[in-house]
This record gives sequence, structure tokens and C-alpha cells, in this order.
Amino acid sequence: MRFLKKTRYEQDIALLEHNGQRFWYGLLLLLVLGAPFLIDGFYLGELSLVAIYAIAGCGLMLLVGFTGQVSLGHAAFLAIGAYCHTWCLGAGVPLLPSLLIAMSLSAAAGMIVALPALRMTGIYLAVATLAFAVIVEQGIAHWESVTGGYRGLAVPDASLFGLSVTDTTFFYYFCVALMLLATLALLNLLRSPTGRAFVAIRDSETSAQGMGIGLARYKTLAFALSAALTGLAGGLLAHKIGYLAPDAFNLIMSIQLLLMVVVGGLGSIHGIFYGALFLGFLPQGIALLRDALPPALANIPGLEPGIFGALLILMLIVEPDGLYGRWLKIRQYLDEFPLYRAKTHKRQKQFLRTERLR
Amino acid sequence: MDALQLLVAGVSQGCVYGLIALGFVLIYKATEVVNFAQGELMMIGAFIAYTFINILAWPYFYGVLATLLSMAVIGVVLERLLIRPMLGEPPFAVLMLTIGLGFLLRAVAGAIWGAEPKTLSTPYASDVLQLGEIIVGYGNLAIVLGTGVLCLALFLFFRYSRLGIAMQAASQNQLAAVYSGIPVARLVTGVWAVSALIAAIAGVLVAPVSLIDPQIGFIGVKAFAAAIVGGFGSLPGAMVGGLLIGIAEQFAGLYLPPGFSDVTAYIILLVMLFVRPQGIFASMMQKKV
Repeated sequence: MRFLKKTRYEQDIALLEHNGQRFWYGLLLLLVLGAPFLIDGFYLGELSLVAIYAIAGCGLMLLVGFTGQVSLGHAAFLAIGAYCHTWCLGAGVPLLPSLLIAMSLSAAAGMIVALPALRMTGIYLAVATLAFAVIVEQGIAHWESVTGGYRGLAVPDASLFGLSVTDTTFFYYFCVALMLLATLALLNLLRSPTGRAFVAIRDSETSAQGMGIGLARYKTLAFALSAALTGLAGGLLAHKIGYLAPDAFNLIMSIQLLLMVVVGGLGSIHGIFYGALFLGFLPQGIALLRDALPPALANIPGLEPGIFGALLILMLIVEPDGLYGRWLKIRQYLDEFPLYRAKTHKRQKQFLRTERLR
Repeated sequence: MDALQLLVAGVSQGCVYGLIALGFVLIYKATEVVNFAQGELMMIGAFIAYTFINILAWPYFYGVLATLLSMAVIGVVLERLLIRPMLGEPPFAVLMLTIGLGFLLRAVAGAIWGAEPKTLSTPYASDVLQLGEIIVGYGNLAIVLGTGVLCLALFLFFRYSRLGIAMQAASQNQLAAVYSGIPVARLVTGVWAVSALIAAIAGVLVAPVSLIDPQIGFIGVKAFAAAIVGGFGSLPGAMVGGLLIGIAEQFAGLYLPPGFSDVTAYIILLVMLFVRPQGIFASMMQKKV
């Protein structure tokens, strides 16, 4: 175990606390940057998908993990980002401004969703976001003049500094750079008064209100920021999939995004990346599994969502703190090796109480 | 006359939503858990009825009885396997779990019964009742009647029976309920059995008028909207919400441009959440710290 003696103020606000962290995160950064030289094109493409998921994960984690507002409709923001970006590119807007426009539009949509969110909590909110997502999906399907409806919409090529996003290596670096920016932004946001207000709202709305936090303002802000990040991910996803159709952004997508943050570990930044890796490489895993299974089992309709569902259930029952929570426990076990007590992390159960009259 | 005919279709469709919504509300009322897999339970119920009646060729009555029994057992098994370990966890975690369960059940149904749509044969479904100029299928009539009877039974159960009152007590304050000698854990198992039973009834009633395939569970999402419009935790609310959405959908299908009928339920839901978030029949109070 390591005990830090902080002697300077800079130490207290540093993102990386000690040399051990600097070494390991530095190594990770080197690996991420060196990935194009280590692995072939297909897996590089998958890694850029992971980076895109991580950006969306930052958005969703901010909302679900840090502000405590459950959203079952984040695919809608992904869709708004993707379609807006594609439309802007088609209209001749360059890559970066187009992404910015997509983010702003998505943020505006997030603020609209936040309007009912101010008056409700828990499942009501989850269902309101779900309803919003269904309406957006249907809207995209029927607004054919802009979105192409079910026929789909081809994503035009775009380039930055003369490099095209169809170039796998450049696209990978582009996604990773934006992912790092998003992560840094989230890390710093959470250390600011705004981020603290978000966490306070998550832990107890009533006490947050008592501390003088304007619920309406901060919930709207959380939704807007979350939607903006997800919209950015949507814009990048448009390039990744190359051809947009409304059913790419259906309910299952929303739930996969939520699955990502739950599997990673709610309320932790590390969890986003564990979750994104999980979500990005699960289809490969399932494809491998499909090859190994007898054909009668492998051709089940809905096998993939079914496996998603089973994993979600398993995760919630066995390890509600997510992959990152599990890693923390393993690390603590190693730290305290001979002294670890079996019940250190015994889950506290609480009895249910509601304020219902009937 | 057109409008009246639409109204009849809407009432019948609304009763389907209401039936599934009843299952939601029942579990919510008794355990504060939101069971997102209710639509999938209905789908499984319909498939089991199909297995007994069409594949094994049992008489209709015995087939339905066997379906109800097996669904009650499935409800108990699901509760013991999945929900019991989650007792005392935050409601959000259980909500996620039931979403996962929904996907899992859909894959299981796809594996067992395949993806092609099936029809449940019944002694009555093909006949229609002619009332003046309005035509009502007996299948739809059965849905409306079955829903009405079930509603009444549930209302009486929660109002007058010891078990029903115990369930409400357990939902308001588990600890106090335990202290008063209510076996909360066993009660929750019972609630899931009853809720799966309701899903089975919905499945048996719906199967003759619409095709059964693993995707019909998705109407559970609309039923969920119905439950919220009616005020979650209120049985009459669930029915009113279901009827409202069912009727509105039929009229939207005729008078509005295509695509609107699919989202009517959600538009009503959002409007409701804006205007009166607690639903038509409110049962929530401000949460304390």
C-alpha cells in the first residue's frame, strides 16, 4: 500500500497523484498511441469503435453515474448527432464545425428532454427518455426529405489537414484524441463546483436542494452536456458505420449504452473504458461463440440481445459495482494479502420504504 | 359509424395494454419493483398456450388451465432465481435486471418456438358479433370481458383480502411489515406468481386476435406507457391509461399521417409527464431525504 504525504497544493489538485500512476497511465497512453503499429486494420477499426463508445460512455456516465438520472433513450442523442453531422457534411460544412453543430443540436435536444426530468425521478424519467427515443427513431424513419427514411443515408467523406476519415489509422487517432479530450473534460468537470453539484443531486435531491443547488438548472445542464458528448460520439459513429438507417439507433442500442456503464461500474471514470471495451468486443466474442455452437443453437433469432441480457443479469446479481469495482476489490485483496477479511465488501441491504399512501 | 367501429377496436386494443399494465402495477404496488419483462412474460404465456392447444392438441379449456399453472410456476422460479438475490438492492438495479430478462426471454422463445408468427386456435375467435352496423370479433369481446373480470378481482383482492392488504403494507415499509409478522419474502414470490398469471391470461386472450412471435413482447413498452399515464401504482389507472392509449392509437392511425399511430402512445406519455407527472390517479408523495 502507498501512503501519500501531500506537501504542496499542486499535489492536491494533480490528476495523477503519484509516480506509480504516472508510469502506468503513461504506458497505457503509449500502447494506445502505438496501436496502429501493433495490430492490423480490422482490430484498429474495432478500437476506434471502442473510443467512440467511450465518448458516448462519458456522456452517459455523467448523467447516470454522476447525476443519478437514468436514461433509457441515449440512442436518440446518438442518432441526432449522427444525422445532423451527416447532413451538415452533405451541405459542405467542414469536419470539425460539423461535429460542433451536431453536438449543439444534440445538447439542445437534451435540454428539451430535461424539461420533464425536472419534475420526476427514477423510473418515470427512464420511461420519458425511452418515449423520447422512440419518437426520435420514428421521426427519423418518416422525415424522408432529410434523413432518407428507411432507405438510409450515405455518410459523405470528410477530411482534416488533408487526411480522410476513411483512412483507418487517421480515424483511429482522431477518435482517440476526441476520447482523451472528453475524458479530461469530464475529469475536470467533476472536480468543479458544477460536478460536485451533480454528485450531490445524485446522492439526495432534497438535500442538494437544501444546500442551495438549483435542481432545474443543474439537471438541465447535466442532460445538455451528456447529450452533447453522446452527439459527438454519434457524429463519429456515422463515419464508422458509413451508412445511416433508423434501426441502428433503436431501443436495443439505448440499452446497450446503459449496459456499458453498468458493466463498467456506475460512478467511476475507469468504468467507462472497461464498459466500452466490453461493448466493443462483445460482438466478436459472440461471433466466435456462434462458430463454436452447433448450427441449431447458433441461428437463434435474437441470440445477440439474448446474450446481452444474460450478461446484464449476471453482472447485476454477481457484481453490481461493475468490472472496475471488481478490480478494486481484487487490488485491495492483493494489498492486504494475508489480512483480507472475507466480508470486507459485504453488500449493505436496505429495507424498502416508500412514501406512497395507497 | 366509422368512429364507433374504431372505438370498439380501440377499446379491445386498449384492454390488451391495460392487461399488461395491470401486471406492471401489481408488481410495483407490492414490491416497488418495475418489471420491464412483463410484455415478454405475456409472449411466453401465449407460446405456452400455443404449445398445449395447437401442438399437443389439448382441449381449449384444459390447455388454458395448464398455461396458467405453468406460468405461475415460471413466475415463482424467476422470482427465486433472479429477484430474490436482488432484494434490498436499489430499484434501478432491479429495473435493469428485468430489461435484461426481457431480452433473454425473447432469445429463449426464439430458440424454442422459432421466429415465424403463429396463431392460437380457439373455439370462438373466428366468429363475429353483429351489433347494428358494428362488427365485433368474439376474440376482441373475450379480451374486454376477461379484462373486466380480472380488474374487478384484483380490486377486491387489494381492498378486502388479508393477503392483498399485507402486500400493500410490505410495499410501503418492508421493515415495519416484517415486524408486524408479514412474511415479506414469501409474499414477493406470491406477487410474481400472480403477475405471471396475469401475463398468461393476457397472452391467452391476445394470441387468437394477433399473431404470436418473439417480438410481440415489445407492446409491453406501450403498456408501460399506459401504466404511467394512469398513475403508476393504481390499478384503475392502468386500465384507464390502457384504454386511452388504445383508442387514441386507432384514431391516430386513421386521421393522422402514417407513422403517427406508432408514436401516439409515447406522445401521450410525454404530454402526460409534462402536464401531470403523477398520472391520472396519483399515488405518490414527495420523497423524503
